[in-house]
Amino acid sequence: MKPAFSVIFLTTLIGAGQGLFLAYYSAEVFSILTILPASLNESSTVSAAVISLLLLVLGLAASFFHLGHPERAWRAAAMWRTSWLSREVIALPTTMGLIFVYAALKFFGIHSTAFVLGNGTPVELSTMVGLLAMLSVFALFICTAMIYSCLKFLRQWHSPLTVLNFFLMGCASGFTLAALLSTSSADGYFDYFSGMAIAFTLLALASRYASLVRNRGLRSPTTLQSAIGVHHPNIRQLAQGAMGGSFNTRAFIHTYGAAVVRLARRYFLVAAFLAPIALLVASNESAILLCALAFALQYSGLLVERWYFFIEAEHPQNVYYQMIS
Amino acid sequence: MTQLALVIDLNTCVGCHACVTSCKEWNTSGTAGPMVDRNPYGAEPTGTFFNRVQSFEVGEYPNTQTVHFPKSCLHCEDPPCVPVCPTGASYKRPEDGIVLVDYDKCIGCEYCAWACPYGAREIDEQQKVMKKCTLCVDRIYDENLPEAERKPACVMACPTSARIYGDIHDPDSDASRAIADSGGYQLMPEWGTEPANHYLPRRKVSITVHEEDLQRADNPLNKEDRGQRKPTTRTTLDDSTSW
Repeated sequence: MKPAFSVIFLTTLIGAGQGLFLAYYSAEVFSILTILPASLNESSTVSAAVISLLLLVLGLAASFFHLGHPERAWRAAAMWRTSWLSREVIALPTTMGLIFVYAALKFFGIHSTAFVLGNGTPVELSTMVGLLAMLSVFALFICTAMIYSCLKFLRQWHSPLTVLNFFLMGCASGFTLAALLSTSSADGYFDYFSGMAIAFTLLALASRYASLVRNRGLRSPTTLQSAIGVHHPNIRQLAQGAMGGSFNTRAFIHTYGAAVVRLARRYFLVAAFLAPIALLVASNESAILLCALAFALQYSGLLVERWYFFIEAEHPQNVYYQMIS
Repeated sequence: MTQLALVIDLNTCVGCHACVTSCKEWNTSGTAGPMVDRNPYGAEPTGTFFNRVQSFEVGEYPNTQTVHFPKSCLHCEDPPCVPVCPTGASYKRPEDGIVLVDYDKCIGCEYCAWACPYGAREIDEQQKVMKKCTLCVDRIYDENLPEAERKPACVMACPTSARIYGDIHDPDSDASRAIADSGGYQLMPEWGTEPANHYLPRRKVSITVHEEDLQRADNPLNKEDRGQRKPTTRTTLDDSTSW
């Protein structure tokens, strides 16, 4: 497939935004459950939620560039019963709304108690809104990835690994960003965030590598013989049906050389996974620059990863265009 | 339930592109607005077409055959492009099985094009909506046309009658008969999309020519010794008949 740049930015930006929210919200929940020390100050949670919201808004804005008629985008919520794209169109604003309410409750210091835990710890209303936001974030991860994973003709995407990859890579970049934020706000959660970022990055590397291996061995059941129904081993295309190319030759077939593709794969394996792990291991609570470098490298790596995700996928219609595909 | 479709006979298609031009002419003049036609008289013309003819050479020289392959939306019975559409712009009509796009609802996200394994859909670069073969839905029900002309434009234009139009769920239709009699098949059956359009395979055509067919024994030219060819010594009709 030809990489769709607005979609590359959409999925990587919202992935990082969702991961960042999960990082700070999980820290809050773990401190209520006294697994982590209760030192998270409200202002850093609010700023993290606002940055998360900003990433989601940027992703949403990027997605509009993908549409031929952005003014009709509201219609895309209609077919949620059948279309994962439609479900994403519902899940994204829902997630944004819930994170906004969560941040607003924290910002205005509304501490009303929803209920009290067995050990006497009060659970605030904002924590319950955060729980809904967390569920919405999970739903959004699934919807976003299922858009690709549900297309059974695109065999490289049609795998549960696609969903796992989107989730793990979103969490990896989100927790790395959380580690960066906690170096600047010094909220005492750096070890938790960086540790989780390393763990998610490692898991994402394993899962992405597994899909690379899987895709290497894939063979499409579609051949030129089944595509035109002429069962002869020796078929040569003489004419593609259009002299100056067509949508079919422009939208589905990328024109990048093998060397560029190989370089891209090496770059994202290093920049999105290996380098951030090394930098996070080497950094500490005051290493703002190292963490900033880790996040910047990881995000650039994930952009290239998403680009490669498109390059990897082979559309069956390409067999009709033998002269260029 | 009706399922209108085309049955395309690869055995008689001569690759003249009359279906391509008549399709473009009819659909670009319709109420849905023109279809993009960029650089139409230049070296590299491109634009929106609902139907195209591709050509393939099958076999090894000198035993080769040229197969002309018209390619358009197949109006699948289980169309993968329909459920993925987020707006409901892409739909399959229950009454006749035609898969259509509502140009007023389409947001141009191209997701349906990703979902179609045949590459039958294309974005119109001016209107920014997804377009594809409508099976001339604005022709086949038009009561202002004589009944014989209520067929898709490509079917009307085909000079070799390689395109048969009809209801493939009606076993007595021309289309169903052609599928049953001539081994009609579907494209990419491996994906289970159940395309309604069928193709008829290439068939071996042979003719046995006898010597007598080429040179009549009773050729009067031979009798009168005016022919170029060597006169036959066999008994002719003239020898055995008294006029």
